[in-house]
Amino acid sequence: MNRLDIHKTYKLYIGGKFPRTESGRYYVVNNKKGNLIANMCLASRKDFRNAVVIARKAQTSWESVSALNKGQILYRIAEILEGRKEQFVTELITEGETKKNAQKEVEIAIDRLVYYAGWSDKYQQFFSTVNPVSSSHFNFSNLEPVGVVSIIAPENQSLLGLVSVIAPAIVGGNTVIVLASENKPLTAISFAEVLNSSDVPGGVVNILTGNKNELTSHMASHMDVNAIVYCGKDEKIIKEISELASNNVKRTIFYKKSDWENELCESPYFIEKNQEVKTTWHPTKI
Amino acid sequence: MQKKENNTVFKASWTYDEAPESIDHIQLNEIYNLYIDGEFVKPAKGVYFDTFNPANNEKIASIAEASDEDVDLAVKAARKAFTSWSKLPGKVRGKYIYRIARLIQERSREFAVIESLDGGKPIRESRDIDIPLVANHFFYYAGWADKLEYAFPNRTAKPLGVVGQIIPWNFPLLMAAWKLAPALATGNTVVLKPAETTSLTALKLAEIIHESGLPKGVVNIVTGAGKTGATIVNHPDVNKIAFTGSTGVGKYIQKATAATNKRLTLELGGKGANIIFEDAAIDQAVEGIINAIFFNQGHVCCAGSRLFIQESVADLVIQKLKNRMETLIVGNPLDKNTDIGAINSKKQLQKIEKYIEIGINEGGDIYQSKCKLPKNGNWCAPTLFLNVSQSHRIVQEEIFGPVLAVQTFRTIEEVIEKANNTPYGLSAGVWTEKGSKIFHLTQKLKAGVIWGNTFNKFDAASPFGGYKESGFGREGGLHGLKPYVKFD
Repeated sequence: MNRLDIHKTYKLYIGGKFPRTESGRYYVVNNKKGNLIANMCLASRKDFRNAVVIARKAQTSWESVSALNKGQILYRIAEILEGRKEQFVTELITEGETKKNAQKEVEIAIDRLVYYAGWSDKYQQFFSTVNPVSSSHFNFSNLEPVGVVSIIAPENQSLLGLVSVIAPAIVGGNTVIVLASENKPLTAISFAEVLNSSDVPGGVVNILTGNKNELTSHMASHMDVNAIVYCGKDEKIIKEISELASNNVKRTIFYKKSDWENELCESPYFIEKNQEVKTTWHPTKI
Repeated sequence: MQKKENNTVFKASWTYDEAPESIDHIQLNEIYNLYIDGEFVKPAKGVYFDTFNPANNEKIASIAEASDEDVDLAVKAARKAFTSWSKLPGKVRGKYIYRIARLIQERSREFAVIESLDGGKPIRESRDIDIPLVANHFFYYAGWADKLEYAFPNRTAKPLGVVGQIIPWNFPLLMAAWKLAPALATGNTVVLKPAETTSLTALKLAEIIHESGLPKGVVNIVTGAGKTGATIVNHPDVNKIAFTGSTGVGKYIQKATAATNKRLTLELGGKGANIIFEDAAIDQAVEGIINAIFFNQGHVCCAGSRLFIQESVADLVIQKLKNRMETLIVGNPLDKNTDIGAINSKKQLQKIEKYIEIGINEGGDIYQSKCKLPKNGNWCAPTLFLNVSQSHRIVQEEIFGPVLAVQTFRTIEEVIEKANNTPYGLSAGVWTEKGSKIFHLTQKLKAGVIWGNTFNKFDAASPFGGYKESGFGREGGLHGLKPYVKFD
């Protein structure tokens, strides 16, 4: 007799825990043949707002983690993901990828984490300056995280795209609330399990599944979110985000690319986009 | 001109004789036109507005009001000029910018006097701070023009196109320099609009730009009020807007440019925290407090308008601060003794007076310097409020005048919390003789510019700009190039 499979329940990932949506709602994800893959949590505005409160609390301490340590934590994520490669390949195939593409996507995602792990204690040196001012002052500029970042992850390449936008944000000391690919959300929640066992403090990465149309406006308008990343080409959504972002002069970052594989999709400039420049002066005359 | 009488600090009864800067050498026209496509042209609709000396409210000159049609001509001129300007070798672009820097140095005194005449700031500030910084800014960015490949490793920087720049009235020429120099160095062309109360030095700068031989259309200067600014913001053929001004207008611009593919940098308001610890060098700190809030009549977006004094030294610091306020000379901006000049406009004076009233009504204890104020013109005595808390409007909102809100604190954690509890994040100051405390605070304060044991210092090589609702993008230094380029 064939063994009966155990189906996995996919939930949200907020503050290092896996709660169901407070709204109790769900949506159905089917495969190409129209068969049920999973019932996903349909996250609500309140789920998002709860996640912002938790991300804000986590931000200060995450920012204070040493650059070396942050790099090691990112490397740890890569290690754990490598160990669970097959699961992610399977999930991507379930969602409709070919085996070849799924394998490639997971491998690049792992390598991308390693890439940003390496930047952790280097990007400051790349972007910071000592400024030769005319007066008797020591003056320098360095980067600081922008704070709490909303991310609307790419719809396709649901794992690689997700990793490609989360990694540069968190390696720079930000905390994030991510809305996963709506039609291919499985790997996002499985990636949350990887994060949860990789020494990433709870609240640094929070992952929601749900409806873009419903959540985008809240992610763009929340007054305690400092920046919003949108991956996609929908001009209507871009306009909506840009307008709502002006409520609190939120920074907007738009990635219109649809392919996250090539090397142009990783650089320290992606880290810099989620950073502020702080300039500090002190007299040198005694 | 008011003379300084006895003061309680020095118990001396000296007075200062007037020491006015000569205005004989200043060349001003009665009428100023728009600078479009390398020519001074009359506005299409023939409308002019007056610019006044805020120290006596007398008219100085008539200024052209640019209509939609004029702005369109300016954008077209800039678009046309962009093709050749952006292709010029960086070395050549740099040489033009060096020329502009030199011409400003040669005529610096004239610029300083006009700046004080038109805007009300003390001649000491316009002469020693504003105008030298203007020349330095052009000098600094001139040198970048042929070195951009070193500014952005692994990327090729390209200019954006036509840049619309809208600048404020508090540092009129300096803000023009902050905007123009990096835009030109990176190969963009510009339509610049000065604030309506302070157009003169920008128009004198147009004369210098003309003399420098800069190709026509590369810089266009259009004058007018908010409506002219809105026309620039909404013009479909502008690739970038750089705005310095209030957070309210900044939010409007961010909304207006949504999904237009226009790049945007905003340098907006602030409510800077200035923190005095018990182990600070108190006398230096008091000078720092004065400079933080009363520099340029407090018309400074990065002013230290929220003072936090550690409880153990609060009485001492406040007494010294009051004494020092009594020695400040408020009066004729053109007098070299003047510390605090005229409030820039009647409208701004009304706004400041409204906030002073709000401060009193909300229960704050007001202290104002007992200086005599001149009869005509727009004046405001140096003012501080004690007995206020985080929830008071004069603690939360930007006043943009010589009004200081004073609070006390006990612990480092408390003051960091209070200092950061504002939607703004432009500047902050910390006063302590303990090095580790300075660095602890400079790391924890959420602001784009942090001054340790100093305040209100500026330099062409030093990036400036805010966190949160104080805007985004930086001006000055290497980081100031980025808002004017795109990568392949």
